[in-house]
Amino acid sequence: MSSIADDLARLEEIVRRLEAEDLELDAALALFEQGVSRLRAARERLGAAELQVQKVVEEAGGDLRVSDLDD
Amino acid sequence: MTAIAPAEEVWSVSELVGTARRVVEAEFTDIWVRGEIVACKAWPSGHWYFNLRDAASQVRCCMWKSNAQRAGTPPADGTEVFVQGRPSIYESKGEFQLVATRIIPTAAIGAAQQELERVKALLHKEGLFDVSRKRRLPAYAATVAVVTSVAGAALRDIITVTRNRWPAARVLVIDARVQGEGAVDELCRALRLVNRLADVDLCIVGRGGGAREDLAAFNAEAVCRALAAVRVPTISAVGHETDICLTDLIADLRAATPSAAAELAWADSRAVMRQLDELAARLAGGLSARARLAAERVERTGDRLHAAAQHILERRGNRISRLAAQLDALSPLKVLDRGYAVPLSEDGRVLKALAAFPPGRAFRLRISDGEVPALVDRR
Repeated sequence: MSSIADDLARLEEIVRRLEAEDLELDAALALFEQGVSRLRAARERLGAAELQVQKVVEEAGGDLRVSDLDD
Repeated sequence: MTAIAPAEEVWSVSELVGTARRVVEAEFTDIWVRGEIVACKAWPSGHWYFNLRDAASQVRCCMWKSNAQRAGTPPADGTEVFVQGRPSIYESKGEFQLVATRIIPTAAIGAAQQELERVKALLHKEGLFDVSRKRRLPAYAATVAVVTSVAGAALRDIITVTRNRWPAARVLVIDARVQGEGAVDELCRALRLVNRLADVDLCIVGRGGGAREDLAAFNAEAVCRALAAVRVPTISAVGHETDICLTDLIADLRAATPSAAAELAWADSRAVMRQLDELAARLAGGLSARARLAAERVERTGDRLHAAAQHILERRGNRISRLAAQLDALSPLKVLDRGYAVPLSEDGRVLKALAAFPPGRAFRLRISDGEVPALVDRR
């Protein structure tokens, strides 16, 4: 699973290449498409999710149990 | 016969004592007094009464039931103590007294201080405070483990800040007592548990503000070692203003309060959104520049190639439009929708010079949502 950090790093790289390199139009379009899908993924990652607060408990057998914490 | 004051200026005893009490209570707030315990007696009511003295003076003290219960057993006569309390006057007896809320033997402070110095020296010697051990916090944490009391204010503060700063966050709480009996063991166990969790980006260990001796667990050698063994970057957030505790020195970062720790732990989602907007604009700009260069290159080639190249460019142009529309849908980018229009010849070339518009010339105006047939009326 990639993260916001990956998204931002990849986007930076795409934009830098698009701005700096003498690319064929096809290559530029391919980069642009990648950029658009990265942007969408990053925005969804930031916007869609809601805060998750969970409690971790070690059970008698040593297993970990994760459950939502009531506010 | 001596003249007395007029009747309305004569004080009643209650007025005098009541006024004195208000003056005393206004003058002193919460203070610490050092002295020696004399005759501490626990009454069946649960309240304690004792005197506190030094070489020259004594003061009556009382401690109400709720505080006395917390304090445990009454200190023996002659014990040197720090007493926290509020000076007042017991009105029905007109007696000055200190209403105590805490009693701490000076020896206990001394012993705690000695232990702290020992642990500090030991951990320092082992290099556990070294700057070279400090790890950087991740720039964009997604999951943070929090070791604190589930019932405490610290957790509430952390959640509040997190919700505001990085709403997509995941907070994993590992409950531990943070003061009193069992706190050291529970903190150690909780910190060890952090290492068993997958996908944790960093760990906050802390508590809300407290008196110095309430923070003792955060100076314990075992807790320090457990914190040093946490495999992800750590923030120590023990709410206190003046003192530093040893976990502050062990952790990769120290925060003055749990709220401050949450500020440090999460990136600011609004700033990241702005960064994405900026990248989106540069992405669109970068592609436009490429497309313009390609079009110019085509124009430089001969007429024979022109039609074929134009055809390819148009196909690509459609693709650009489609992608641009996608990008546009990712509001707030509105690169195509700013009111610009492009004049096109009948065969689809962009008309850029005045010479291309003789009177009577028909052309098309390309606007954001379609094309408009147009005619040069006159020049």
